[in-house]
Amino acid sequence: MKTANSMSMTFSALSENEAFARVAVAAFVAQLNPTLEELTEIKTVVSEAVTNCIIHGYGEIEGDIYLQCKILGDSIELVVEDHGIGIDDLDLVRQPLYTSRPELERSGMGFTIMESFVDEFAVESVVGKGTKLRFKKRIRTPQSATHHEV
Amino acid sequence: MKVQIETMNRGAMMVATLHGELDHHAAENVRGTLDREIEATKVDCLILDLRGVTFMDSSGLGVILGRYKKMQAISGELVVTSLSKPVERLFEMSGLHKIMKIYKDRETAIKALKEVTK
Ligand SMILES: Nc1ncnc2c1ncn2[C@@H]1O[C@H](COP(=O)(O)OP(=O)(O)O)[C@@H](O)[C@H]1O
Ligand SMILES: [Mg+2]
Repeated sequence: MKTANSMSMTFSALSENEAFARVAVAAFVAQLNPTLEELTEIKTVVSEAVTNCIIHGYGEIEGDIYLQCKILGDSIELVVEDHGIGIDDLDLVRQPLYTSRPELERSGMGFTIMESFVDEFAVESVVGKGTKLRFKKRIRTPQSATHHEV
Repeated sequence: MKVQIETMNRGAMMVATLHGELDHHAAENVRGTLDREIEATKVDCLILDLRGVTFMDSSGLGVILGRYKKMQAISGELVVTSLSKPVERLFEMSGLHKIMKIYKDRETAIKALKEVTK
């Protein structure tokens, strides 16, 4: 069996890095030949996850964001983690349109968008310690399967 | 990366065309620029042309909804035009497509809005 191809990066929780994170992940997963639609979905998921770490996880506090991406066959696994304030009620925050920061004009759609753009999604969070999001997404393009069996 | 905004006034209407990636980082500047224009021009209809938006996430939805509410608060209107497929999908997921009018391009929007005000 082929070993997984993986990458990881740690970067400052600054909004300037939102574009950097989604472009880096997109470049890494490009080897699976995703469609433009799949690539947009992946970039959107990264953007939502990283933005949440910055706004909600750390807020005014400085901190780092830890991102890992693995390619396993025709699937990608993505982990985005912060060591910020954590989430108390996971069921509540995952509801569409829920936001704890309406004064920042947040739409409360981040979790809903992330869940619908991936195949598997899990959140682990400890109040005062931080939040870890795990995603799995299969790249469905036929080329990617042949590409990887070679 | 900054979102570029071009504005054009047509009487009581303003067309604002956005170019770039509308994420949380870009949101603050977009909000500030549009709010300043709305206040300075006192238009009662803002047409937001999204043809140049190459990426958008839920932060973009927040800014657009915020400007929609601002226009409503002054008894004005905000409509959007030229949504890419991915942006349209976000509008549908969030229900924004049921709240605000969406036109295929700015010309269609201008025409439709002129007919209303006639
Ligand atoms: N990394 C995080 N750390 C702490 N709280 C979070 C984190 N991510 C999300 N949340 C909480 O979940 C809520 C919903 O998130 P989301 O659906 O992305 O909406 P929004 O970002 O627009 O508020 C946030 O308002 C916040 O309270
Ligand atoms: Mg969010």
